[in-house]
Parts: sequence; structure tokens; C-alpha cells
Amino acid sequence: MYRKAEEFEKPLREIEEQIAELRRYPESMQRDVRLERLEKKLAETRDDIYGNLSRWQTTLVARHPRRPYTLDYVAQICTDFVELHGDRLYRDDPAIVSGIAEFAGRSVAVVGQQKGRNTKQKLHRNFGMPNPEGYRKAMRIMQMAERFGMPILTFIDTPGAYPGSGAEERGVAESIAVSLREMARFEVPIIATVIGEGGSGGALAIGVGNRVNMFQHAVYSVISPESCSSILWRDPDHAEEAADALRLTAPDLVDLGLVDEVVPEPPGGAHTDPLAAGLGLREVLERQLNELGQKSAADLVEDRYQKFRAMGTIAAG
Amino acid sequence: MAWFRKQRSSKRPVGDRELDTAGKWTKCNHCREIVYRTEILDNASVCPKCDYHFRISSLDRLTALCDDGEWTEFSSELGPVDSLQFRDQKRYTERIEQYQERTGMKDAVVCAEASLGAIPVVFAVMEYSFMGGSMGSVVGEKIALAAERAAATRRPLIVISCSGGARMQEGAQSLMQMAKISAALAKLREAGIPFISVLTDPTTGGVTASYAMLGDINLAEPGALIGFAGPRVIEQTIREKLPEGFQRSEFLLEHGMLDMVVPRTEMKPTLAKVLRHLTGATKSAPSDAVAAEQAIS
Ligand SMILES: [Zn+2]
Repeated sequence: MYRKAEEFEKPLREIEEQIAELRRYPESMQRDVRLERLEKKLAETRDDIYGNLSRWQTTLVARHPRRPYTLDYVAQICTDFVELHGDRLYRDDPAIVSGIAEFAGRSVAVVGQQKGRNTKQKLHRNFGMPNPEGYRKAMRIMQMAERFGMPILTFIDTPGAYPGSGAEERGVAESIAVSLREMARFEVPIIATVIGEGGSGGALAIGVGNRVNMFQHAVYSVISPESCSSILWRDPDHAEEAADALRLTAPDLVDLGLVDEVVPEPPGGAHTDPLAAGLGLREVLERQLNELGQKSAADLVEDRYQKFRAMGTIAAG
Repeated sequence: MAWFRKQRSSKRPVGDRELDTAGKWTKCNHCREIVYRTEILDNASVCPKCDYHFRISSLDRLTALCDDGEWTEFSSELGPVDSLQFRDQKRYTERIEQYQERTGMKDAVVCAEASLGAIPVVFAVMEYSFMGGSMGSVVGEKIALAAERAAATRRPLIVISCSGGARMQEGAQSLMQMAKISAALAKLREAGIPFISVLTDPTTGGVTASYAMLGDINLAEPGALIGFAGPRVIEQTIREKLPEGFQRSEFLLEHGMLDMVVPRTEMKPTLAKVLRHLTGATKSAPSDAVAAEQAIS
């Protein structure tokens, strides 16, 4: 069982190295022919790997250490971003970023979990696992957005809310619950996008949107495959089977009626070409915002209510 | 965070809240004293020696709380669907059948209309013995229906939680029930109808992180495990042992997450008192205010 996306991406890195090596030679017909052949091989191998990802592999891609994070997308698709800090109660939680920005010609509020790139940042961002104050900060910003009539864009990327003792003491469950309740009633458009990992309640806490999107290689699940495996198979090594059983990929969630649209990723995943991924995201968000902009406040609230109200499968009688 | 209950083994560890159903005498799971079983049962399944609260069924709860022990169940026809064709070591469909047979219920919650202290209310009571009270589509649908019915009939809603959280076997559909129920509760709140959440042992994961924490008033039974993450997960995260009483009702009261810890024997009079206050307020002021506002606009 793979533990990291880098493991099944190894053939790609090898070809890339060969290409880089070859490029160091002086230009020649022979070199260019070999380069062309290698480029072709790279594309084919990439299509082969990324065209046949298992659900578990997709989970690893969603957690890829080079994958674009919330602030990467915000920097690319928004202008004049002003980050706003703190829950005005306890502290600022770096695992959630929030603020106001311009997107496609209008002011919006932006909220998302934020992971760190290097060890220092990872610790600072707590691996993207928010504490209650993160959700309370998000709530503060979203409430402000509603007061000023700003649409809300959320970006989901977290293994889950932080399972620490302080989080429990400060009511992480309550902070998530309140977020779910309040997001249900905001009279402005809300668009939620799972950009990487959608881990359980800590992800959904900022996911109650009029539109819910997922990047092509993102995952969204009630529990991580590893934890599911530990509980149901009593052994974490069945994560691969658990991922299949949980059906946590973007196409799965579309099939289940839980996600509206899949944001396409460049061949080889968002991390191979973050700018292309960002362009795809911008296109989807702009189109959806235009659609939602036509709706009255009452319709936005009612549509969002009916959308979530219809989720689930039940046998009647 | 989802949760699944281990199948009952014949040897019961300390802390397992089930009361042994066989024999005249029983050893209390907590104080280890030998007690007459009927003495426990007559005391609302609370140990007379140490006040340990044994787990009781949803039907026993309704019997204890509803006036004359009578209620009218609704939405009992709704049952689970294995839409993921979920299979771990066992098929989800097999588990469903097994629990349906064992409990006589279709899923892990009972919804009912009843009176409590002569006040008409809507109840949703979770059943732990059905897959650890886990929340899937049916639990989500039924509690949302209960909230909508409470709003439509202007009856207070009482939800009694007893659950390990979201049901893994329904995947992300279970997760979304958190949002669905919370949205229904938001509507109820806007309608000015009281919602009382009663938390019992255990209430964890996605149930705590949605409706169980959203009561106008949150009450818990003594000593109940209440939290988001499970204690073992937290211990693994912080790499130390949690102190005694962590995530228990009294701890949550101390940290400001609960309004009261109420012994089971006091639950009905307490609920009645609270409901009298809250419904008295809804009858006079807000409805008039709404009428006045409509007259102006
Ligand atoms: Zn005892």
C-alpha cells in the first residue's frame, strides 16, 4: 500500500530527471529527437498514472505536499486580499485564514483552512487542523460579509478539526455546530470548494454553500480511510479498502448528489501546474457567482436549505 | 468523527453502561456493589449506591418522560439504504438486518409527539443499541422532520442524544446530515420555538458537533462522555493520558458548554420547568411582535 503520492509518482520524476539531464547537452538533432521521445513518454506515463488513480491514491494526491493551498489560490484568483485575524475571544488560529478580497469585479469574503509547506509552517498552521477559535474567526468574518452583502467563498483543505484536549475544553464541537447552523441562514451567496482534503466535520464546518465544488483529485469523507480501517478492520493497513468503501472522490460525491461540480485539474494533478488549476477554479467560481447573483436573498437561503435537506438516501416504508 | 460499537461480548468491562438483564442481583458496573436489579430499575436505572447512570433504551426514556407514558410515534416507516454498497469485514446490509432484528427498530432514532408536564412537545430520542446510535441518512432525516414538525406545530423540540457520531457505512451522506439537521434547527430557532438538547452517555463526533450542542438549553446526565474527538484519539494526539473526568458532563459544565447536569431522576421535572418558562415567553411576546411587524410592512 502506498503511503505517499511521491511513491507512485516516482516514474514521472525519473523521466523528468532524464529530460533535465538531456537538456544540459548542446542542442543537436539527436538530442531533440530523444527529448521529444521522453516528453511523449512523460505525458503517457502521467496519463497512465493519473488516469487510473485508485481512491486511496486520490487521497494521497489530495494530501500532496506540493498541492496548492488556500492562500495560493487566493493570491492567484483574487486581488486586494486583506487578511483578517482573530476570533475576538481567545486567539488567532493560523489553521484557518480569512479576509476580504476582490474577485471577478466584486468584493467577497474568503475563508479556508491553510496547511503549511515546510516543517516550520506546518507546525504554525497545525497541519491545517483548526481549533475552535479558527471556526469562530471564520464565523465572525462570514457574519460581517453578510452585513455588507458580500458573497462568501470558502476553501476546504483539512484532515479534520484538531483532536486536542484544548480544542475540547474550548468547545470545538460547539464551534462547528454553530457554523453549520449560521451558514444555513446567510442571505448572501456561499460557494464552498474542496481544494484538497475534506476531512469530516472540521471540513463541513465551512462547507454549507449554495454551490459545493470539489477539485478533481480532492477527497471529502466522513472519516479518514486510515481511521475507518482502524475501526472497522481493527487494523490501519486496510486504508485502501476503506477508501473504496467510503467513496470519497469528487465523482463519487457528485454521484451521491452531495457535490455540484468537479473543478478539473491539469494532467498530473494541481501540483504539476498550480496556475492552470487556479484558472479552472476561477472559471467555475465566477460562473457560479454570476448565477447566484441573480437570486434574491430569500431564494439563496431557501435553495441552500433545500439543497442540504435533500441529502441522504432513505427507504420509505 | 465516526464511531462504531464493538459487538457485545459476554464479559462486560467496568464502564460499559448496559445493565445486566439476567438474574435477581447484579453487580454495579461502577461501584461494584451487589444490588437488587429491581432496585436499580425502580430508580430510573441509576445505581442507588453510587448514582451511576446505566444506559437505557429510547423507549424507556420516552416512557419516563412522556405524560402517562404515552406518545405517538411518527416517521417510523423510514429505513436505511445501503447506497454505497458498503462492505468492510461484513456487509452494511447484514449489519442493518442484524440490528433491526435485535432492536425491532428500523434505525437509531425514535420520533414522537407527546406531552411533558402537560406541554405538547416533539421528541427525537436516539437508540444506542442500534449501531451505537450512529447517525446516517435516516437519523438525519428523522431529526430534521422532527424539527420541521416542531416549527409547524409550534411545539418545543427535545432531542435526546446517545451516539458515537456519524455512521461510516453511509460515507459522506452521513456527514451531510450534520448540515441538514443544523439547518432545520436554524429554521426552528427563527420560528422562536424552543429546542432542548439532552446529552447522554455517550454523545460524540458529528452528533456533538451539530444538533447536540445547538440547544437553547443543553442538559446532560451525570458522568456522560461528551466530546468531538474520542478520548483515545486525543491521547494519541497529545501523547499523554487524559485526566480523570475529561470530557465528562461535569467537565463540560465547568467549561461552559452545558447549562446543567441533571440526574435522570430529576430530568422530567427539570424539563417541565424549563419548558414552562420558554413556552410562556413564546405565547405572548414574539407572536404579537411578528403580527405587529407584518401589519407595518
Ligand atoms: Zn453503583
